[in-house]
Amino acid sequence: MTQLSMTVNGQPVSHDVEDNMLLVTYLRETLALTGTHIGCDTSQCGACVIHINGASAKSCTVLAVQAEGKDITTIEGIASGDKLHPMQQAFHEQHGLQCGYCTPGMVMSAIELVETNPTLSEQDIREGLEGNICRCTGYHNIVKAVQTGAQDMRKA
Amino acid sequence: MYATQYHKALSLNDARSQLAACDDAKLLAGGMTLIPTLKQRLAQTDLLIDLADTGLGLIEDKGSHLKIGAMCRHHDVETSELVAKMIPVLSSLAGGIGDRQVRNCGTLGGSIANNDPSACYPAALMALGATIHTSERDIAAEDFFVGMFETDLDEQEIVTAVSFPKPDKAAYVKFPNPASRYAMVGVCVAVMDGDVRVAITGAGQDGVFRHGDMEAALADQFSAAAIETIAIDEEMLLSDIHAGADYRAHLVREMTRRAINAC
Ligand SMILES: Cc1cc2nc3c(=O)[nH]c(=O)nc-3n(C[C@H](O)[C@H](O)[C@H](O)COP(=O)(O)OP(=O)(O)OC[C@H]3O[C@@H](n4cnc5c(N)ncnc54)[C@H](O)[C@@H]3O)c2cc1C
Ligand code: FES
Ligand code: FES
Repeated sequence: MTQLSMTVNGQPVSHDVEDNMLLVTYLRETLALTGTHIGCDTSQCGACVIHINGASAKSCTVLAVQAEGKDITTIEGIASGDKLHPMQQAFHEQHGLQCGYCTPGMVMSAIELVETNPTLSEQDIREGLEGNICRCTGYHNIVKAVQTGAQDMRKA
Repeated sequence: MYATQYHKALSLNDARSQLAACDDAKLLAGGMTLIPTLKQRLAQTDLLIDLADTGLGLIEDKGSHLKIGAMCRHHDVETSELVAKMIPVLSSLAGGIGDRQVRNCGTLGGSIANNDPSACYPAALMALGATIHTSERDIAAEDFFVGMFETDLDEQEIVTAVSFPKPDKAAYVKFPNPASRYAMVGVCVAVMDGDVRVAITGAGQDGVFRHGDMEAALADQFSAAAIETIAIDEEMLLSDIHAGADYRAHLVREMTRRAINAC
């Protein structure tokens, strides 16, 4: 057991956790933040993507204890009250999801992409989302959503 | 995952003494290979020693070579202006590893210590004639990569950095596995002081290797045409669900051709 403290979506949190607990398990089971999903056990699908100090990471491939002192953002932390984040709004408007399983990870990856490259081409988006697998949409509307979200993030 | 203990090392010396004190400890770098392996219970360990805070993340201009710390993430190498200026082949190689999230975590040291037969970095280390610095000694890349998932490292040894000599020109081209992005075949061609070196990853049963016949042909005439008829021995190539040895042999020639043209 290790005493663990970090900031999640702006709130300080602290718990005693087993050293072998994954960050995604800590978020989902200890903090009940179930928006972060688990889609595979090979670190390939990206359903679990969150931000650690602003950089996207697969929370299924990080131990909770590795996040000691870090600033974590999950899909639950990006809206302002009832107002969706521009990227969430864009996924909604452009039908960037069907079952929605991959969506939290897609949105978190897309936000980092836009934050680090404000002039994304379609190719940049497709390559930038290589770590996120969607089994429903065929990606077409996801790319459109990220393009719209990028424009709206610049305006916001 | 089986139960384990976690220790965040505060210096290289701390990591060394923790490693010496525990019979069954493992170093944790980016975790991109180790954590999936532990999660699937393919491996087990009593102690994980996290190298994140040991100060091994520097990238330094050493004149004739570039020294990159073991804990440099692929994203650090991909976006470093110094790397782009001195050895641009490393920027593009690092930028092509896995996906964005893998590059945000995975490290140079972890990649070479793991020596996955499909990993990208080993090809560059071999083609550029890099030197691996460890907590104990310096090792030439040729001696470091011993076989599939096997290196010359002792159990108590920690990779601290890699020195890459600056090539006259070099390029790395891979045919990525469509799902994982690992190299199905990846080829690094480098011209070093007039010498041509060709290192191939993803293809060999014993991991990364250099192709002497292609090197000799290219030393005579540096063009894609020069390797057209050079034999590629299928007997020593991997054959698995992703590609048979015959297809890999084809990819070796094709990726080499593309790397020569990209030089
Ligand atoms: C989806 C996915 C796609 C990937 N695609 C690619 C790809 O296209 N090309 C590619 O090259 N790689 C690829 N990788 C691998 C990735 O590049 C990682 O760099 C690699 O997995 C290991 O690095 P790490 O820092 O994560 O090491 P870890 O997983 O933390 O460690 C790996 C091993 O190295 C040991 N180790 C770590 N650091 C040191 C050190 N300093 N000294 C001694 N031993 C050490 C550890 O004990 C462990 O045994 C991919 C990985 C994933 C999950
Ligand atoms: S759950 Fe699939 S990458 Fe994390
Ligand atoms: S919307 Fe169903 S997996 Fe992407």
